[in-house]
Amino acid sequence: MSVDITDLSAWQQPETIMAALQHPQIAVVGMSSNELRASNFVGYYMHRNGYQVTPVNPREDEIYGLKSFAALQDVPTPIDVVDVFRDSSAVPEIAEAAVEIGAKYLWLQFGVISAEGIAIAEAGGVQCIVDKCIKIEHARYQGRMHWLGFNTERISAQRRKD
Amino acid sequence: MTVPPRFTGFHTRAVHAGASPDPQTGSRAMPIHQTTSYVFEDAESAAAYFNLQEYGNTYSRIMNPTVAAFEERVANLEGGVGAVAFASGLAAQNAALFTLLEPGDHVLASAALYGGSVTQFKHVLRKMSVELEFVDPDDHNAWRDGIKSNTKLCFAETIGNPSGCIFDIESVAEIAHAADIPLMIDNTFATPYLCQPLKYGADIVVHSATKFMGGHGTSIGGVVVESGEFDWSNGRFPVIAEPSPAYHGLKFHETFGTFGYLMKLRSETLRDLGACMSPFNAFMLAQGIETLPLRMRQHVSNALTIARHLQGCEAVTAVHYAGLEDSRYADLVAKYLPEGPGAVFCFDLAGGRQAGIRFIENLSLFSHLANVGDAKSLVIHPATTTHRQLNDTELAASGIGPGTIRVSIGIEDAQDLIADIDYALTQLTQSTS
Ligand SMILES: Cc1ncc(COP(=O)(O)O)c(C=O)c1O
Repeated sequence: MSVDITDLSAWQQPETIMAALQHPQIAVVGMSSNELRASNFVGYYMHRNGYQVTPVNPREDEIYGLKSFAALQDVPTPIDVVDVFRDSSAVPEIAEAAVEIGAKYLWLQFGVISAEGIAIAEAGGVQCIVDKCIKIEHARYQGRMHWLGFNTERISAQRRKD
Repeated sequence: MTVPPRFTGFHTRAVHAGASPDPQTGSRAMPIHQTTSYVFEDAESAAAYFNLQEYGNTYSRIMNPTVAAFEERVANLEGGVGAVAFASGLAAQNAALFTLLEPGDHVLASAALYGGSVTQFKHVLRKMSVELEFVDPDDHNAWRDGIKSNTKLCFAETIGNPSGCIFDIESVAEIAHAADIPLMIDNTFATPYLCQPLKYGADIVVHSATKFMGGHGTSIGGVVVESGEFDWSNGRFPVIAEPSPAYHGLKFHETFGTFGYLMKLRSETLRDLGACMSPFNAFMLAQGIETLPLRMRQHVSNALTIARHLQGCEAVTAVHYAGLEDSRYADLVAKYLPEGPGAVFCFDLAGGRQAGIRFIENLSLFSHLANVGDAKSLVIHPATTTHRQLNDTELAASGIGPGTIRVSIGIEDAQDLIADIDYALTQLTQSTS
């Protein structure tokens, strides 16, 4: 069971990304308590921006007051988005767990790419976003990315809330 | 279910990118945020902004909402992931280099650069203990052979100032990438309307926004755009990939991925070198960009008309415009600059130094000054101004003759520009005969 990952654009569609960001419950798999790790930056950012963030990492007890769980299956609350900061080789197992807990999206961060993991998730009805950063995409579509001169690709004459 | 349309046209983006209506007030025009600093919501937000855990405004040397609107507009038009603006084109170039170079590194640059860039590279890089080598931009082998184990960058201009040579971006990008190093392009003379170097594999684009981007000749400014495609973690750029001593050990590439270089450029280099763009200049330059495509079409159309006209003038011995059919760069123009190779070019007068001076004195529509890329037509005689210190042999070595005239063709009516040129040429033949 596999998919062709030479072109990732099918898993980077703005519509899918925007829809995923509408969901409040995020598990950050591989989140670290080390403030210099990208997973820490991202988890903290999403938490500060009102998402219910659940760290999943057997080596952590608690990060920013958020209880960490050893595995996705141990999380007692529902999870919408499974955000992955692990080696690509760990993705198939995480994808199986994402299907098992009824997650809606499997979000693979920069450099986390697994054809097998994508295939497992999609076969189980979980939509995938691949090689994208959830923090950057949030900042692009809902946040303040435009404040730092980044290209949000947003072209609109509508007045928005922020 | 139908999805809402995505607006992708260049003209649309030139007018809208980076500037949605102000969320607080509804102002339709881009507000000028003329402020040095920003009140924090609370202590935790302040800490998160300084730690770069969240995007937030702190101090206008590092970021400003009006400058950000200009930056996003340029990033969008160039097809990059983002941009950082600077006080001038040379400040932008300096910061772009400073961010990725360390003492002992080596830079390979085109020999046909703007004179101010040549001077900047020579002096600044020497003071940074960075080696510099100039190569013939047209010679692919020279680029390939010039790359050494400590080379960190290849640099060239899309359209060389003032020689008008056209750079083969895609071929040299391939050569640079085969050696794991980025290609940086000064796209000032082309603007993103005529050419988008990132599409052809360039990794970083720099601009003097002072020129065609603004178009009005009112504001000095510069900007750096990055593609986000270059792998700064390839082992050759520990300065970007490894923990940064200037930001409490942050690993920029790992933490910010495709935005790593730009985050470092802003939060370290701009912070430390301090050459920020003013909000007012950002407003002026962003206004200018709204009409960039319209102006560039008129610029290149006028340039071609005038170059062709000059070819038929007796007092003119050569016209160096790559848009002419017999140009040695015709193939490269067709590939990279199909709408035309800009509006700045040189031509040679038969009468040498004296003819150059007389020609300029008799023009009354062209402005005699040291700039290019204004909506108004501009002219200069390099031998008696920008290249005054050189004798005729040295001039020849830099591709400039004693009778060479450089023009930057504006957006006036071509027939008026031709009338001005013809009159000045008549005065020339009358004096020499
Ligand atoms: C091709 C080119 N690059 C860079 C610059 C420097 O720009 P600035 O004057 O905005 O520093 C110039 C200025 O003439 C230029 O022509």
